[in-house]
Amino acid sequence: MGDEITVTVNGTAVRVAVGTMAAAAVMSVGAVCRRSVMGETRAPLCGMGVCFECRATVDGVEHVRTCQVLCRQGMVITTDAA
Amino acid sequence: MSAAASDVVIVGAGIVGAACAWSLARAGVKSRVLECGVAGGGATGAGMGHLVLMDRPEAEFALTRYSRDLWSQLAPEIPPEGEFRQCGTIWVAANESQFEAARSKHAWYQERGLRSELLDGRALADAEPNLRVGLAGGLLVPDDAVTYAPWVTRWLLERSGAEVSLRARVSRVQRDAVVLADEERVACGVVVCAAGCAATELFPALPMRPRKGHLAITDRYPGFVHHQLAELGYLDSAHGSANESVAFNVQPRATGQVLLGSSRQFGDESVEIAWPTLSRMIRHATEFIPALARLAVTRVWTGFRAATDDGLPLIGPYGDAGNVILATGHEGLGITTALATGELVAAHILGHAPAIPAAPYLPSRTGARAHG
Amino acid sequence: MPREERCRILIVGAGPAGIAAACAAAETVDSVVVLDDNPAAGGQIWRGEENRWTARLRVCGARVSNQTRVIAMLDGGRVLAERDGEPLVFRYEKLIIATGARELFLPFPGWTLPGVTGVGGLQALVHGGLAIAGRRVVVAGSGPLLLAVAAHLRERGANILAIAEQASFRSLLRFGAQLWRTPAKIAQALELQWTLRGVLHLKEAWPIAAHGDGSLREVTLRTRAGARRFACDYLACGFGLVPNVELAALAGCELRDGFVGVDGWQQTTARDVLCAGEPTGIGGVDRSVVEGRIAGYVAAGRREKAERLFGERRRLHGFSAALARCFALREELRHLADDDTIVCRCEDVKLKSAFEHEGARAARLHGRCGMGACQGRICGPALRFMLGWAESSGRARPPLFPATMNTLAAVGEEESAHV
Repeated sequence: MGDEITVTVNGTAVRVAVGTMAAAAVMSVGAVCRRSVMGETRAPLCGMGVCFECRATVDGVEHVRTCQVLCRQGMVITTDAA
Repeated sequence: MSAAASDVVIVGAGIVGAACAWSLARAGVKSRVLECGVAGGGATGAGMGHLVLMDRPEAEFALTRYSRDLWSQLAPEIPPEGEFRQCGTIWVAANESQFEAARSKHAWYQERGLRSELLDGRALADAEPNLRVGLAGGLLVPDDAVTYAPWVTRWLLERSGAEVSLRARVSRVQRDAVVLADEERVACGVVVCAAGCAATELFPALPMRPRKGHLAITDRYPGFVHHQLAELGYLDSAHGSANESVAFNVQPRATGQVLLGSSRQFGDESVEIAWPTLSRMIRHATEFIPALARLAVTRVWTGFRAATDDGLPLIGPYGDAGNVILATGHEGLGITTALATGELVAAHILGHAPAIPAAPYLPSRTGARAHG
Repeated sequence: MPREERCRILIVGAGPAGIAAACAAAETVDSVVVLDDNPAAGGQIWRGEENRWTARLRVCGARVSNQTRVIAMLDGGRVLAERDGEPLVFRYEKLIIATGARELFLPFPGWTLPGVTGVGGLQALVHGGLAIAGRRVVVAGSGPLLLAVAAHLRERGANILAIAEQASFRSLLRFGAQLWRTPAKIAQALELQWTLRGVLHLKEAWPIAAHGDGSLREVTLRTRAGARRFACDYLACGFGLVPNVELAALAGCELRDGFVGVDGWQQTTARDVLCAGEPTGIGGVDRSVVEGRIAGYVAAGRREKAERLFGERRRLHGFSAALARCFALREELRHLADDDTIVCRCEDVKLKSAFEHEGARAARLHGRCGMGACQGRICGPALRFMLGWAESSGRARPPLFPATMNTLAAVGEEESAHV
């Protein structure tokens, strides 16, 4: 439909199409989702909610699998690797 | 398999068995450890790894005090994988009457030269912001610690130089040997039974029952809690013989995960989760820490404590044959008192004077007699 | 106590099998409920896609609950689920497990770099809005999914630098040759060939390293002609599929060779529990659909309708067998990781640490391998393949996915002794 909404990734406003997953919004600004135990940067691997590499804090809730969550207008996403 | 006769065979490679091997090794005695599963895979792996001073009964106090000191001495040598952290315990007083109990405990510890600090409501809130508003206060015991017992078990075994045989299930104990499930005979002069709940398979007359517990661990939430937190009512739960009870017990792991316990129940020997109990345990805990409700739990498991009828462990000679030393029945204090148990066992075997009186823990106190 | 919803037929998974089962069951039965983790129905292969099945699902009368994760099996024929952090309980008469499959990831140096994804994984991310037009992509691993995804990405403007299939040319020929059984697939195959004309398609090739500083820059592939490097933005890499059998195991279903055992009626060994699609055997969309339809009809008491589909299912089982034969993973793939390669991503456990332990259980207890959020879903199958580890205890445990304390606490007020 071409509708766009705005979400925030690590404080940066991002315009995305309706139907975009939070993970894609994160990747679109070149951010990575999390830091591993030893501090490595990590981004989505499986795209389907089983690898947990895409976890980020969404609207204050930690450890949300961003590849499974649709962007909503005003959604606030904060990643580990910020 | 080697047919060499070890003088000492230890049945069970849990934290207690490992501590026995370690104490014996330091006294120059080599042992062989027989384990049916993986090292630390029984109650050792199911427990919280809380190294805690218990103030009653007197015998438990003596044992935990002695053992906690031994852990402090060992601590500098424990590698990071052992996750040893002296985070201290805060015994939470929910109301004024519990706060009075905390006050008496504080005085009692002071008399005995043990460090503790009374926290009023504000100090408690400062120490642990996620505790709910309105708690009366607490007692901080700064010398309590936590550790990751399965890893420390393996580490102690390696350090002891003991020969460890896995997938070796002991089916019978004889005068001069133990016999494995595959009928192999392992000759030995002394058998230390550190098999936890499985000890009753070898010695059915032991006054011991499995006491099931639940634990839940969350994803990483660094800084959610800073100390091991327990409610003063915990002590009633642990020492009581009520069929089922839960108590507030929360631990911060080095990984930032939050470990939640604890529950106790007799009569359910299935490893499956007992949902009513788990539910009660969680709901009780959220009364102390409301924010706990929203944490993501990644694993839930059960474990079985070896619980004796009188609540004290069985450490010492057992039976008429004269070759069996028990090191079991620790209920929820196996990890805490493992090091002391190891020392007591070594003292029994070598005929040395133990560092604390051994009488309260002697199996003979219970009047139970082994057969044959 | 959370609201308990009763239904006649509960279906877990809204991929092809679950959708087909729901449509079949709803022809006869009124209360059919479908639970799915994703925001919309379609599973993996139909993610973001509108087709006649997804359209049928909307009108068939089944109730679909999205963003809903199954956490545990409760006694009395009930399932505990979570949606938006809140607990839900569903009581069913018949349960159809249609939980699909996930990709098999094999570790190799650099595989944890951002930019390295699964094959289906990259497809899913692109469906979710990831910009791919003009990006350089290497697709690697094994199976028909490679071509399907490469084609799809190319249609979306991606620059497919190479497709690296580990199977040999001979194996692929054999696979192609047996497609005559399923003519629709021949048409699909030809279409793929056309879409992928001009794209470098290597056989007996696989990734040996991914390079980059904080994110992917370059991939080294082993090829028959020696090592080749490709500067790229994404490496989409997956070595076939692993069935999601965890819920079935929790429900008490017997597993055979890692798959859920079912009889001709798609019934498992657990009472009132059926299973359809990839968990019974990897076989692609068509097998999933036919098994789903059979399961749906059987659950609804319409065995005569199910029987008419047996012939089609038999043919598609033949396809599955060919799939397994032709795309069997070669020995070399067991050794892609070196000592310092991370094998457990959740806990950053390296191969050399995992290797120290006697098996999966010891590695988990002593080494934290598999103790993380994914609960061993990623590292488990990889280590089983690489080190020959058997499943540690064969027992699945709740929670099947991380769940809030709140959800776990919601069960139990009305429970009597558990089973």
